[in-house]
Amino acid sequence: MSRYRVFAMLPLMAALSGCNLVVLNPSGDVASQQGNLVVISTLLMLLIIVPVMALTVLFAWRYRQSNTKARYEPEWDHSTQLELVIWAAPLLIIICLGALTYMGSHLLDPYRPIDRIAANRPVPPDAKPLEVDVVALDWKWLFLYPEYGIAAVNEVAAPVDRPIRFNITASTVMNSFYIPELAGQVYAMPGMRTQLHAVINKPGTYKGFSANYSGAGFSQMRFAFHGLDHAGFDKWVADVKAGGGSLDRNGYLQLEKPSVAEPVRRFATTDPALFKAVLGQCVDPAKTCTDNMGMGHGGQHGGGHGGVQGGVQGEHGSGHGEHGAAPQGQSIQGSAVPDAPLTGAGLPRPSNS
Amino acid sequence: MHAIFGRLSLEAFPYHEPIVVATFVAVVLGGAALVAALTYFKLWGYLWKEWFTTVDHKRIGIMYMVLGLVMLLRGFADAVMMRLQQAIAFGGSEGYLNAHHYDQVFTAHGVIMIFFVAMPFVTGLMNYVVPLQIGARDVSFPFLNNFSFWMTVGGAALVMVSLFVGEFAQTGWLAYPPLSGLEASPATGVDYYIWALQVAGVGTTLSGINLVCTIIKMRAPGMTMMKMPVFTWTSLCTNVLIVASFPILTAALVLLSLDRYVGTNFFTNTLGGNPMMYVNLIWIWGHPEVYILILPCFGIFSEVTSTFSGKKLFGYTSMVYATVVITILSYLVWLHHFFTMGSGASVNSFFGITTMIISIPTGAKIFNWLFTMYRGRIRFELPMMWTVAFMLTFVIGGMTGVLLAVPPADFVLHNSLFLIAHFHNVIIGGVLFGLFAGIYYWFPKAFGFRLDPFWGKVSFWCWVIGFWVAFTPLYVLGLMGVTRRLRVFDDPSLQIWFLIAACGAALIAVGIGAFLLQIAVSVWKRHELRDVTGDPWDGRTLEWATSSPPPDYNFAFTPVIHDNDAWWDMKKRGYKRPMGGFKAIHMPSNTGTGVILAGLSVAFGFAMIWYIWWLAALSFIGILVVAIGHTFNYHRDFHIPADEVVQTENDRTRLLSGRV
Repeated sequence: MSRYRVFAMLPLMAALSGCNLVVLNPSGDVASQQGNLVVISTLLMLLIIVPVMALTVLFAWRYRQSNTKARYEPEWDHSTQLELVIWAAPLLIIICLGALTYMGSHLLDPYRPIDRIAANRPVPPDAKPLEVDVVALDWKWLFLYPEYGIAAVNEVAAPVDRPIRFNITASTVMNSFYIPELAGQVYAMPGMRTQLHAVINKPGTYKGFSANYSGAGFSQMRFAFHGLDHAGFDKWVADVKAGGGSLDRNGYLQLEKPSVAEPVRRFATTDPALFKAVLGQCVDPAKTCTDNMGMGHGGQHGGGHGGVQGGVQGEHGSGHGEHGAAPQGQSIQGSAVPDAPLTGAGLPRPSNS
Repeated sequence: MHAIFGRLSLEAFPYHEPIVVATFVAVVLGGAALVAALTYFKLWGYLWKEWFTTVDHKRIGIMYMVLGLVMLLRGFADAVMMRLQQAIAFGGSEGYLNAHHYDQVFTAHGVIMIFFVAMPFVTGLMNYVVPLQIGARDVSFPFLNNFSFWMTVGGAALVMVSLFVGEFAQTGWLAYPPLSGLEASPATGVDYYIWALQVAGVGTTLSGINLVCTIIKMRAPGMTMMKMPVFTWTSLCTNVLIVASFPILTAALVLLSLDRYVGTNFFTNTLGGNPMMYVNLIWIWGHPEVYILILPCFGIFSEVTSTFSGKKLFGYTSMVYATVVITILSYLVWLHHFFTMGSGASVNSFFGITTMIISIPTGAKIFNWLFTMYRGRIRFELPMMWTVAFMLTFVIGGMTGVLLAVPPADFVLHNSLFLIAHFHNVIIGGVLFGLFAGIYYWFPKAFGFRLDPFWGKVSFWCWVIGFWVAFTPLYVLGLMGVTRRLRVFDDPSLQIWFLIAACGAALIAVGIGAFLLQIAVSVWKRHELRDVTGDPWDGRTLEWATSSPPPDYNFAFTPVIHDNDAWWDMKKRGYKRPMGGFKAIHMPSNTGTGVILAGLSVAFGFAMIWYIWWLAALSFIGILVVAIGHTFNYHRDFHIPADEVVQTENDRTRLLSGRV
C-alpha cells in the first residue's frame, strides 16, 4: 500500500513539500486504510482519465482547421466496434472500483469493530475497546469515559494501539465527529447514536473538529485528540481524576448552553446515566425521554446493525410487532449496542468480541 | 403595530452593518440612475409592452439570461467575500465578517448560484433554442412561460430583499434541520429561504411541464424522437427531471414550513420528528437537480462539437441512450450525499456503486465528443474553445466525484474543501463552461451579430485559468483535512493556499468583467459583427434555418424534417427559401397577468416571512382573483397579417442578397 502512496504523491511532492496531507498520511490504521483507498481509486480512474485528456489535446490539435493534411470525414458518425470500446472501457474500470467499494464499505464500516491494529497486527483476543461517549454541544465537544467515570470538554485521549469505540450523539443540531489523523467522520445527531471504531497508532496530539456546519460557533468547534502510550494514558486519567470537578445533570445543562471557543475542562466524576439521558434528550428531569414517549423503540431491526438509534422510534415503533408495543426505556445503550460484529458481508469475524 | 407590521421592526434593517449599508447605498443610487434613465428615454412603455408582458419564448429566454447574469454578479460578490474572509482570518484574526454575516454569505452564495444563476441560464437557453430547434412557433403554453419567468424573478427578488430587510438563512444552502428549525433559527432567514424557493419553484415546475409538452407535441413533421437534435433530447430529459423532482423540494419545504409555522414535528428532534427525513427528501430532489443543470450543457457541447468540427455527431443513438440512462440513474444515487450519516455498509455500497455507474454513460458521452472531433475540421471559435476546456476540466471533476462515491473515501473527504473543489469542478467546469459555449453559440441567433472574439478570449482564459487557480488549492486543503464553511483558522500553514485561491477568484472576476465588456464592445461594434445569413457558424440544426434574430413567428412555413441534422440536410439538398404563398400566422397575445401574479406572490411570501397576516391573506386572495380573472380573458390570440409576413420575409430576402 505505501508503495502506491509514494508513487501517487511523486508528482505532487515538489508542490506540496512542507504541507501535511493528513488524509493520505494519517496516524491511525482506519484512516490509513481509507487514505489508501483514496489513492488506489484515483490511480484506477487515471487509467482512463489520462488517455482521454491526452486524446482530447491530440485530436484538438491534429484536426484543427488549418491542418488540411489531416483526414476529414464529415459523414463518419458510427462505428460499432468503437462504441463497444467506449462503453466497455469505463464499465471495466467501474466493475473494479465497484468491487473495491463493496469490500471497502464493509471492511471500513464505522460500526464494525476493528479486527486489526495495523497491517499484520490483529487485535489481541483479550483486548477490550476503550469506550468513549461523545456529545456534540453548541459549540464544543463533551467526551465521557464510562469505564473511568471521567469526562472532558474539547479534549479526548486514548492509548496507542488500543481499539476505541466512540458512541456519538449531539445536543441540538447535527455535527460531524472528525479526527482526520484517526479515522473518517461520522455525523453526530441529536437523539440518535452513531458509532465509530478506530485505533491510533502513533503518539501525538491531533486535531479534531466538527465537519458539519452547525451554526455561529462552528469554526471554533475544535478539540485536541491525544494519542498517548499506556503509561501516559493512565497518567492522563489519573490527572483528570485528581483535578476534581464533577459533571452531573445540572452541570450538563449549564455546559449545554451555546458558547464559542470553550477552553478545555475536565471532570473527575460524572453521572453514569448522563449519556443515556442526553440520547433520550431528557437531561432536564422535566422532559420526557424520547424513548419513553409511548411510541416504542425498535432496538435492533432486521438485517441492520443498530445504525442510528434513539430518536427514530416514529417510523419503527408501529411497524415492528415484536418491538413496537412497549416502550423500552433501557434499550438505548443496553441491548441496542451492536456487540455482535458484522458477518453478513462474508467478512471474517473480528476476533475481539 | 404588531398587527400591521408583524415582526417587522426597525431592528430588522441592518443599518449597523457597514458592508450592507454601503451595498444598500450603491444599489439605491444605481437603481435610481436606472429608473431615471428609463424614464428619461421613455422606455417604460416599451419594456412593459415588448418585454415584461411578452409571451414570445425568445424574449422570455433572453430575460432569463439577463436574470441569470444579474444574479451571477450577486452570487460572485458573495464568493469574493468568502475568499477574502478565508484568506485573512488566520492567527487569531477574526477577518472582516462576523459569524452572522459570513454564514449568510455562504448560504446565499449556494442558493443564488444554483437557483438563480444556473437555473435561469439553463432555462433561458432551453426556452430560446428548443422551439426553434423543433421548428415550432412558440412553446405549448406561452402565457405559462411568461408566468414561470416572473415567478423565478419573484424568488430572486425575495433573496435580494433579505439583504436589506432582515437576514438570509445561516444554514448552508440546503437548510438542514434541526439547524433550520424554529429553535436553532428563530429569525427570518430560513423563512426567506423557504418562500424564495417556493415562489421560484412554482416557476421552475411550470416551465418544466411547458417544455416537456412542447417537445412532445410541437415538433415539426418528420422529426421523430430519434431525429431530434441532441440539445432538444437533453432538454427533454432535464424537464422530465424537473417535473419529477421539484415537487419533492416543494413538499420538503412545505413540511419544514409547517414545523416552523404551525408547530408540527416532521423534522424536529423530539415527538417523533426526524431530521434525517429532510436530508433524504432534499437530496432526492438535490441530486437530480445537478443533472437538470448538466444535461442541457451536455446537449450544448454536442451541438457545438458537431458544428465546429464540421461533422455529424459521433454515436447519436448512444448519446441519446446515455442521456436517458443518466436521467433514470440520477434518482438512485441521492444517499451518496450523506454516507456519513450512519446507514449500514450495504446501503452505502449500493448508493456508491449506483453513483459510479452514472460515470459510464457520462464517459461514453465524452468519448462521443472526442470521436466527433476525430477526422473533423475543427474551427476554434469561442464555443469550441469552451468545449475543449470543458472536456479537459470536467473529466477531473468527474474523477473526484467517483472518488467521493467510494464510501470509505467519502468518510475522510466528506464536507471537506475537497468536496467543494469537486462540485465547483463539475458545476463551473461543466455547467458554466457549457453555458458560455451556448451563449457564444446562440448569441448571433438571438441578436443578429456575433460577440467580439478578442474580449471573449480574454474572458475565456481568465475564467479557465482562474478556475484552476481558485480550486486546485481547495483540493489540496481538502486532503489536508480542512473542512468547509469555516470562518476562522488557527493553522497558519494553511493561509498560503487560501491566498492562492483568492488570486484565482480575482482572475475569475477579471473574466466576468471581460465578459461584460465584451457585450458592451459587441453592441458598440454590432455593424462590423453583423451576421445577415442567420447561419454564421455553418450550423446543422433547424434554428439556423431562420433569420437572426428570428421573426416573431420563427418560421413562415413549418419545415419538414428528414434527418437529425435537419438544416445541414436541407442545405445539402439545395434548399430554397419559400418566396411566396405566405398566410396570416396565428400567434398568442401578450399579457401582464404573469407579472401581476408574481408580484402578488412576492407580497404573499414577504408577508409570510414577517408574519404580516393581513397582507398574506390579502395577497393570497389577490392571487386567486387574478388567476381566475385571467381565465375570462378572451383576447389571448391574434393573427400576424399575411402582408406583414410578406414584408418580413422580403426584408430577409433583400438582406440575404446583400442589397440592404
